[in-house]
Amino acid sequence: MLKELWNDAAGGFHPASAPDFLPESALKEVQLRRLRAVVQRAYDNVALFQERLRERGLTPAAIESLADIRHLPFTVKADLRDTYPFGLFASPMSEVVRLHASSGTTGKPIVVAYTREDIEVWSEVMARTLACCSLHRGDIVQNAFGYGLFTGGLGAHYGAEALGATVIPISGGNTDRQIMVIRDFGVSALFSTPSYFTHLVERASELGIDLRELPLRVGVFGAEPWSDGMRSHIEAAAGISAFDIYGLSEIIGPGVASECPEHHGLHVFEDHFYPEIIDPETGEPLPDGEEGELVLTTLSKRAMPMIRYRTRDITAIIPERCGCGRSLRRIQRIGRRSDDMIIIRGVNIFPSQVEAALLAVEGTLPHYRIILSREQGLDQMTVEVEVTPEVLSDQVRVIEDMRERIAQAIERILGIRVGLRLVEPHSIERSQGKAKRVIDQRGD
Amino acid sequence: MKLTQLSLFLENRPGRLIEPTRLLAAEGINVMTLCLADTAEFGILRLIVQDPKRAAEVLNGAGWTVNLTEVVAVEVPDQPGGLAAVLGVFEQAGLNVEYVYAFTLRRDDRAILVFRFQEPDQAIAALQASGHQVLDAERLDALVG
Repeated sequence: MLKELWNDAAGGFHPASAPDFLPESALKEVQLRRLRAVVQRAYDNVALFQERLRERGLTPAAIESLADIRHLPFTVKADLRDTYPFGLFASPMSEVVRLHASSGTTGKPIVVAYTREDIEVWSEVMARTLACCSLHRGDIVQNAFGYGLFTGGLGAHYGAEALGATVIPISGGNTDRQIMVIRDFGVSALFSTPSYFTHLVERASELGIDLRELPLRVGVFGAEPWSDGMRSHIEAAAGISAFDIYGLSEIIGPGVASECPEHHGLHVFEDHFYPEIIDPETGEPLPDGEEGELVLTTLSKRAMPMIRYRTRDITAIIPERCGCGRSLRRIQRIGRRSDDMIIIRGVNIFPSQVEAALLAVEGTLPHYRIILSREQGLDQMTVEVEVTPEVLSDQVRVIEDMRERIAQAIERILGIRVGLRLVEPHSIERSQGKAKRVIDQRGD
Repeated sequence: MKLTQLSLFLENRPGRLIEPTRLLAAEGINVMTLCLADTAEFGILRLIVQDPKRAAEVLNGAGWTVNLTEVVAVEVPDQPGGLAAVLGVFEQAGLNVEYVYAFTLRRDDRAILVFRFQEPDQAIAALQASGHQVLDAERLDALVG
């Protein structure tokens, strides 16, 4: 079946996307005006922020240009935990219409708040995200992001409705039912984490359903880093175009940045979220094009303004203009978070490097996880890799050859020899949300 | 003239062998013979079953990954020299045996040898030229049933 292509009479332009095409000067004017307002708002209403400005002898009046943002103090995740639950709110509860919270796997959760205006902005940026991902009115979208305290489900839901698409609020989990709905409802777009979609593709194949034969044409994936190799795998296996979107609860949820059909970096909706790249060691701003930690300032958030929030995500701003015509600057796809970094025997390792090695050898991404343990005081890292149909053979020698090739590829990329264990298909737990790739059993 | 062999990947730890065999038993699929190749870390369970297509569906449905391979089965008299005579044919033809396992039938004095080759068709041709009885699925069913 020929998949429908996005070829609207307006040339791919959706009315919601108007701010994506602002001339640079107009964009900067909006950014400065909003930056001054949000700094004033945070100063007037958030004790921690006011205290930090005073310590530096600053007032909101110090912001005369966008470049002056560098004088402002950073906000970090610990600030949200330390002021748990409502300490960074800038609105009274009577104006707050929604609370979300992180899952809180490490200590206390963090709580984020939205006024009615914040929900409107969120719907707008998510509608722009989805328009950027070539969705439009008439699309039937299956939203498999989790609904609940996690921002993914409701954020994407409101955006899809704002765009005028038909939303199926299926949430995460129950994969067989997800596949039935994709097939029976003629779903044209699906939102989920990339790891969950990989699982869904695998299950569909087991059920004898070829997703490539169905109207599904777009996948919108976010909430965890995923590689270009994984994208190719997903696109080929499901016959879709896969888009990467980016966001985080502390800033708003999904809707901070999105890929466009060029698939080369993610446009930051910088009329609402001002991006900077800093050196994570020194905190100094880096010029466009250089890789560092992404820092975001919410320019229009009311209930919970975030000033220079350190995302821990490593990326770079792409200086060139995008072929799609959007004037919004792009960030490179985020392959790693500084949070994901594993230090083992003094070597820095990111799970994405292990993923790259597995993809290079197998051609597709198997399910894997990384187990960190300590034996006689020495850190050990073992990669468990599920045997895929491509690897499975009736001959021991063939499987052992593959095992050795994977071990060598990992060693080549990481620079250290790690343990490798082939495990049975389906033995690694499937995530319904964010994949938990690293199991740390070192106990500190 | 070839049989379809099922292969499963098993981690080398207690209890792994029983699960697939239970699944097949529950579906009334008879396992005619099996062979387990093992290493320190994992094993490969190879099965010859009565209905390989359905067995693969059952196992796939339960989340197992199944590899299907064509193997060559030869019927020989269950007596000294039976295996040697067949191997002699492959030696003559210059064919390399990847692995072999054997089973006997309880009803009569015949043994079945199961061979894995890179080029099964050449092996079958050599066996037939030398007058050996190569089994297809139908013949095996008849012998077992």
